[in-house]
Amino acid sequence: MKLVIIDYGAGNIKSIQFAFGRLGVETTLSSNKETIMEADKVIFPGVGEASSAMHMLRSHELNTLIPKLKQPVLGICLGMQLLCQHTEEGNTDGLGIFQTKVKRFATEQDIKVPQIGWNTVENVTSNLFKGIPEQAFMYLVHSYYAEMCPETIATTTYGTSYASALQHNNFYGVQFHPEKSGEVGSKLLANFLEL
Amino acid sequence: MFTKRIIPCLDIKNGRTVKGVNFVNLLDAGNPVELAQQYAKKGADELVFLDISATQEARKTTLELVLHVAEQVNIPFTVGGGIGSVSDVDALLKCGADKVSINSSAVKRPELISELSAKFGNQCIVVAIDAKQIDGIWKVHLAGGSIPTDLDLFEWAKEAQDRGAGEILFTSMNHDGTKNGFANGALAQLSKELHIPIIASGGAGSIAHFEEAFTKGKADAALAASVFHYSEIEIKTLKQKLKEKGIAVRL
Repeated sequence: MKLVIIDYGAGNIKSIQFAFGRLGVETTLSSNKETIMEADKVIFPGVGEASSAMHMLRSHELNTLIPKLKQPVLGICLGMQLLCQHTEEGNTDGLGIFQTKVKRFATEQDIKVPQIGWNTVENVTSNLFKGIPEQAFMYLVHSYYAEMCPETIATTTYGTSYASALQHNNFYGVQFHPEKSGEVGSKLLANFLEL
Repeated sequence: MFTKRIIPCLDIKNGRTVKGVNFVNLLDAGNPVELAQQYAKKGADELVFLDISATQEARKTTLELVLHVAEQVNIPFTVGGGIGSVSDVDALLKCGADKVSINSSAVKRPELISELSAKFGNQCIVVAIDAKQIDGIWKVHLAGGSIPTDLDLFEWAKEAQDRGAGEILFTSMNHDGTKNGFANGALAQLSKELHIPIIASGGAGSIAHFEEAFTKGKADAALAASVFHYSEIEIKTLKQKLKEKGIAVRL
């Protein structure tokens, strides 16, 4: 299987590579359009600030390529947020795959921002969560969240309930970091490989 | 259910763990990778590696170590100690560290926090603060607590947050090593005045101390070293007891 991690300069991709390595799967890092298009599966990572990440995507002309992909694509963290319509972070338009918007956690709700740590995922529905029980713990680090929408396949509560995973056709997105979420996270990555 | 975090801290020198550990089934107690894997299995939520190496040469060994930890360990980890520049942080993150913690270098040049936050995002920047209460006032100390400054703990923590710190790791020099409990008064004040997570450090001696750090101290996470290394407190037992007391933990 050809598993390609989109390398556009945003974030810590080493951990994702290592997590697949622990599953015995080799990954290719690439920003090359042909390589990404020919992949069996694509990982769209991202850590950092949304508007600069979108800028980097555009500079690699990946903003037009990603929505055309037909194989399973998994957006992680900021990668998931950039697959949404819009994010409040830097007032940035996303790629519009998921019909939802990304907002900042309100600190007035007596919560710490960023959310850093382990939280449960609930109402899981997709094959991505096959064999993963309700209320499983995942590791999250973020200040912005995707609002609930019909494409929600898992929810998490932090001050408010939000979409911690999304799916539209071949596109999947998770707000948490499966590559850092112990055995449960590893199971989710293995599920993605089997889609 | 969002949970409180339990974080073992490992001191590293020349790529090896410094303090002795007392684990059964551990082949090499000085091997940080093996120790980290054991802690991940025991239920640690995160790990902190504190590099106490004195030379630049030894720090290169730390980079290799970070790479091995990232390869083998499936929970998040922070690396601290001797980090003074954007390029130091870039190298650590590229090797797979999830977060970095900065201390003295941030006090000497607070702009460093802003630069790091702008480049890497505030989620990976932990500002560690060592402070000692003298005549009722919490003063920030440098170099592992040996050099006093005029900075007030709460003012400095607020500035660190405003400059883009994602978390504060507060160690009370009055409590560190005493095993008499965390500095819950100061912790609660930090938690009230700041909107970023606070990690409690210094003073852990019993399960009740962790409970108090979360209830009285309002801490978001608690860090300890020797009680875990010498198996005086087992992380699984600790978390079960905390759960019984109504504190949200990952079990």
